[in-house]
Amino acid sequence: MSLMIEITIFVLAAFVGFEVISKVPTTLHTPLMSQTNAIHGIVMLGGLIVIGSADDSLEKIIGVIAIAFGTINIVGGFMVTDRMLGMFRGRDRKPKKEAEAETVTPGEAGQ
Amino acid sequence: MIPVAALSPDGDFVTACYIVAFSLFIFGIRQGTHPSTARRGNMIAAVGMLIAIAITLSTDVIGNGVLILIGILIGTAVGVVASLRVQMTDMPQMVALYNGVGGGAAALISWSEFRHVTAGAESIPLDIFIPILFSTVIGSVSFWGSNIAFGKLQAIIPSRPVQFPGQHIVNGLLLTAILAGSIVLGIDHDSPSQGLYIGILIAAALLGNMFVLPIGGADMPVVISLLNAFTGLAAAAAGFALDNVVLIVAGTLVGSSGTILTLEMSRAMNRSISNLLFSGFGAVSVAAGEREERPVTSIGAEDAAIKLGYADSVVFVPGYGMAVAQAQHAVKELAEELQKRGIEVNFAIHPVAGRMPGHMNVLLAEADVPYEQLKEMEEINPEMPRTDVAVVIGANDVTNPAAKDDPDSPIAGMPIIEVDQAREVIVIKRSLSPGFAGIDNDLFYKDNTSMLFSDAKGAASDIAAQVEEL
Repeated sequence: MSLMIEITIFVLAAFVGFEVISKVPTTLHTPLMSQTNAIHGIVMLGGLIVIGSADDSLEKIIGVIAIAFGTINIVGGFMVTDRMLGMFRGRDRKPKKEAEAETVTPGEAGQ
Repeated sequence: MIPVAALSPDGDFVTACYIVAFSLFIFGIRQGTHPSTARRGNMIAAVGMLIAIAITLSTDVIGNGVLILIGILIGTAVGVVASLRVQMTDMPQMVALYNGVGGGAAALISWSEFRHVTAGAESIPLDIFIPILFSTVIGSVSFWGSNIAFGKLQAIIPSRPVQFPGQHIVNGLLLTAILAGSIVLGIDHDSPSQGLYIGILIAAALLGNMFVLPIGGADMPVVISLLNAFTGLAAAAAGFALDNVVLIVAGTLVGSSGTILTLEMSRAMNRSISNLLFSGFGAVSVAAGEREERPVTSIGAEDAAIKLGYADSVVFVPGYGMAVAQAQHAVKELAEELQKRGIEVNFAIHPVAGRMPGHMNVLLAEADVPYEQLKEMEEINPEMPRTDVAVVIGANDVTNPAAKDDPDSPIAGMPIIEVDQAREVIVIKRSLSPGFAGIDNDLFYKDNTSMLFSDAKGAASDIAAQVEEL
């Protein structure tokens, strides 16, 4: 890939990043940060690539640590985000419970 | 192409898979901006990640398979265990830690790649050399900076700004040294010095430490978000060095979306990024000796129950203290107890209450507090003068009227929940100690404020029990 094509991709990706985050409710700031945090764990691919051509034991050690670090970033990042977002599910149940308690009509409570 | 450089796998199929992967990242982030789709969005991004890793592992650039397996196994084990065991209250520092290891990975990969490309006899093109250096420096700053942020949030290191005279000069010198070293390496890129490279790595590590240490704990969320964007850029730079399209796109995405998130967060705190990074929040706080002893009204759970039980409208203002005490369930029970008596109950959520934006929403959602009761700051402030009792639970700086009244206060201009406008205020707090910003809170000394010295959980359940008996 030529440098100019890479720069083109870089600039376009930067604009996509700017545009994709618009009007985020405050509630989602932390989960979203955590999700993008997991995504930059993609750098772990670099570890997979460089360790294949590692020349000496130092490079091998660096490579293993880099892969382990990157994997922690990915696995931990996505899991923690999922746990945070899982907390919001309670919200869906709540209105139903209240609807049942009020029992305006049997039909409504049943749904 | 330089034969000595480790190169990404190519071939149309691999590239096609990478394109699928980064499309899923973009889609996943997009979904992450809406409450109803956020969880699915996270899954979608994770699938993209799995595709990118699986296809890379299947190609012939992969060697040292055992080492790769070891790295992945260690990383997965640590990641899974840490994520499952972390308390909801400790999420912010967990994110800091994950961000740090990501930055560390970028720096290490660049180091390995640097050693590798400079081992050959040929000269190294600058379009590989510059991204390697960039990724090294930014990755290292992000790693060390995130560790400091983690230490501050975990209270391993003091969360108050750590400052010394000439700090900006030292930081400036470090930055200059890094730039100068990089230029020397770049000029001499036929036979660059390994020692000089290590020197740059160390200088970047120092800079990462020095950059976050002077920033107060209250500003850590914004700092973590900024470092998150940094790590994204470091990953993108590694992509340039390794000619890898998915690294470039994903890293840049995180870099730019992270920047926007950072700006949104600092806007929520009404502080400019430069002010936050270079002023040392809370450093100008009143010295201990100057702090005068002022009288406060202290009450017990019974009095609080009476005030609450006979009110018409109550607003709870949760803060980090509620998170620490794990009091969200007890608070929810108290709220239900009050509602049984026909009292209108709302929760006022300051955008930066707790240690991260959205922190309180997550905790209250965990306790099954109905979404309609969670009010944002702009929504609740006009209601405050009509509120009978505002109950501040472990919140401090976000309720400090000095932000409005005292132009010299370090938090001047920060939007606050205007609890001082309510008819009565009950502050549940363990002591009179200042909050994260390290400044005294005038609210505690107001005539209509009563202090209930207790931990949030105990106080909430005591009051709930007393209300029940009314």
